[in-house]
Amino acid sequence: MLHDPAPDIRETFDVAVIGAGVVGCAVARRFALAGARVAVIEKGSDLLSGASKANSAILHTGFDAPPGSLELELIKAGRSEYLDIHAGLGLSLVETGALVCAWSALEAGKLEDIAAQGRANGIAELRLVSGEEARRSMPGLSGHLVAAIEVMGEHIIDPWSAPLAYLTQAVALGASFFREAEMLAGRFDGDWTLSTRRGDLRARAVVNAAGLYGDIVDQRLGFAPEFSIRPRKGQFVVLDKAACPHVPRIVLPVPTEITKGVVVCPTAFGNVLIGPTAEEQDDRVRATVETDTLKALLARGAEIVPALAGIPVTAVYAGLRPASDSKAYRIFARPEMRAITLGGIRSTGLSAALGLAQHALSLHAGFGLPATPAPTAPGLSMPNLTETRERDWQRPDHGEIVCHCELVTRREIEAAFESPIPPGDFGGLKRRTRAGMGRCQGFYCNARLAEMTRGRLSEPLAVDGIEEPEDA
Amino acid sequence: MSTRADVIIIGGGPSGVAAAVELRRQGVARVVLLEREPHLGGATRHCSHSPFGIREFGRVYLGAAYGKRLEREAGHAGVDVRLGHSVTQIGADGEIAVSSARGVETLTARRVLLATGAREMPRSARLISGDRPLGVVTTGTLQTYVAFHGLMPFRRPLIVGSELVSLSAAFTCLTHGARPVAMIESAPEPLARAPFRWFPALVGVPFHRGADIVDIRGVQRVEEVSFRRADSGVETVACDGVLLTGRFVPESALCRQSALGVDAGSGGPAIDQDGRCANPIFFAGGNVLRAVETGGWAFREGRAVGRAIARDLAHDEGASEAVPVTFDAPLKLAVPSLLRRSAHAPAFPDFQLRFTRLAQGRLSLELDGREVWHKRGDWRPERRILVPIPPAAFHAEHVHFRFREGE
Repeated sequence: MLHDPAPDIRETFDVAVIGAGVVGCAVARRFALAGARVAVIEKGSDLLSGASKANSAILHTGFDAPPGSLELELIKAGRSEYLDIHAGLGLSLVETGALVCAWSALEAGKLEDIAAQGRANGIAELRLVSGEEARRSMPGLSGHLVAAIEVMGEHIIDPWSAPLAYLTQAVALGASFFREAEMLAGRFDGDWTLSTRRGDLRARAVVNAAGLYGDIVDQRLGFAPEFSIRPRKGQFVVLDKAACPHVPRIVLPVPTEITKGVVVCPTAFGNVLIGPTAEEQDDRVRATVETDTLKALLARGAEIVPALAGIPVTAVYAGLRPASDSKAYRIFARPEMRAITLGGIRSTGLSAALGLAQHALSLHAGFGLPATPAPTAPGLSMPNLTETRERDWQRPDHGEIVCHCELVTRREIEAAFESPIPPGDFGGLKRRTRAGMGRCQGFYCNARLAEMTRGRLSEPLAVDGIEEPEDA
Repeated sequence: MSTRADVIIIGGGPSGVAAAVELRRQGVARVVLLEREPHLGGATRHCSHSPFGIREFGRVYLGAAYGKRLEREAGHAGVDVRLGHSVTQIGADGEIAVSSARGVETLTARRVLLATGAREMPRSARLISGDRPLGVVTTGTLQTYVAFHGLMPFRRPLIVGSELVSLSAAFTCLTHGARPVAMIESAPEPLARAPFRWFPALVGVPFHRGADIVDIRGVQRVEEVSFRRADSGVETVACDGVLLTGRFVPESALCRQSALGVDAGSGGPAIDQDGRCANPIFFAGGNVLRAVETGGWAFREGRAVGRAIARDLAHDEGASEAVPVTFDAPLKLAVPSLLRRSAHAPAFPDFQLRFTRLAQGRLSLELDGREVWHKRGDWRPERRILVPIPPAAFHAEHVHFRFREGE
């Protein structure tokens, strides 16, 4: 179901952003705020169809990012901008702080270095604490804890409403969002002509924010390969809201070379997350969950916080990180072609997105294009889906509660469909409203949602109406 | 807005309505029944081919008709029925937070009955491997598609499970233009043994036991499913859905998120022989106690607990310290799981027990270390086992079900 118009070749955009993940949405917003006519070209039927739909929803300080790296700089810039703008966009911000937990003497020996790195990274509010002291701030932690680093200023956010707010703000400033418009080929003749599945469009500059397809999009734009994406899968388990009182803080392990490791953390929606794994794979599409891995995550969660044992699983999911052949972000500017590639944004995209957008705009400033007058940023307030502020079910006249587990109202679902960027698929509806995201996973509400969403989603929940049996 | 009731009942399925009507019959004045759906009936509303009502009303009702009868009964009895009212929180003093189209309000009552029923375990909690496309649903979801909306979530599903509800699920498919590609059960034997000897063959659907899903593939919708069979390796079938049947769990989220908590065995609130919880102003009845029994069973249980609440309100005897009922593995649950001193006939005349797996051996009941009942047998998983509660149990300090496997 396509709600929006197709690209029109007669119109030339100032910038075409390829990919509506969290980075693409932030870039679209930043350029729109700078007065540019922006087109966002998305392969999927909704924003956040790739890597950005599955993450741990943490807004990092950057305490453990590589010192002196562009990644660190952009995480700090992105986080700082989020802290500035979240209230104005109606986005949640929950300060939980984090504990980097050492479960052995060997791990405890590494804490000093991690703390030193954090301080070198400019994160002042960070201190080494004994296991006992860490447990005072989070009594649910296992007694096996040896020592920890307490990091203040680590937050959890709503990882879907934030990028939706960025793109909504861009659209309010005149940006065009083209879905199911995979970019097939690009040609530069002084301006760009981009062929998409929904037609061609022209743009003065392009920003490749294609995530898991970043290297392929660079090739389609005619660039020599600078990097290759190596998807790294992360599986997660989401526990019932009954788990939340046991996990008030983000619990991080001492990281290894490969991964930040399995995190136990609260979500802004009142659940507890355990994950991710880090599994290299070639496939860019399939992000499977696996029974044995999920069991191992549950077991690990219960080792870290024993009270989590036996708390029911609400959801399981897996995401693919757009890791590349290097740990560093793969950012390239080609001024002669007016092209920017934001590639290999492996696992800090949510934290760094706004910083990446600032960085892209500054690279673009070097392209020698005439500056555009900056418009006034339109006011915007995203619907609140988090447990930290008032939800729609707490207000009168919500119609009815459709999803009982997450207390999602009919009014919220209708508002999502009437919003400037309505959901394109069921995943998009879930991310915008939380309908079907709760402990029953649709036992009670899925049929009602099938009816409410008829004719409104690219892939309907229901197949056609009931047929009389032919041969039964 | 605030309302002070004698009894608030949460959940308008068979047990909740039966309790409400019984409370009114016993002369309790203010009985408020909160139901989050727009109609009473609970899960019976979408069970379109199970007969309900024979024992309680002397005639057969199908699907929503039973709920309509419950609505009439509640209306005649003078129950204050509030539809579209979702309870969001229960407080230790009987304060009940409710959201409805009017917004949020807090109701209070002298006693609260939890009758929130049961549901099937979803794909996520079963930790099933694979992609997560559309088309993986439970029987309850399928039946609400059909019964309430005239829709179907798939045409060629793979059915998982071999409980009685699994047959109901297959039947719903076959009568609504969907053709199951196969039925599979992970246990070595079907859980509902008898019909699985003949039903799948009769309707031409292959049935495989000892089979587990190892992969679900599909970008948007389910495209194929692979399952491993104990005898013949991995088999892949093309299908457009997965129908997960059975494995009912109590819908006890309100308990889990309050000080009441849940019983580790049953997953529902712990109750004594009158349906009373550890916090004595709370009671529970019906399928929230141990997951699924029939609608008629839930109705009778609700009625009995309703009577016990009325007596409790009338005499206000106070609740003595509860003694926990303990048991050996592989028993899964005992309901009631608490006993209190009392002289009157209990609402629950029997212990309801279930096993987690097939076990052969000697099951016995010990009161303060002394055996008062025993039985040898082949105990099948998830089957209801009833053991009469001996009057002496209400005065025992230790109540334990012992199991000696192989004896």
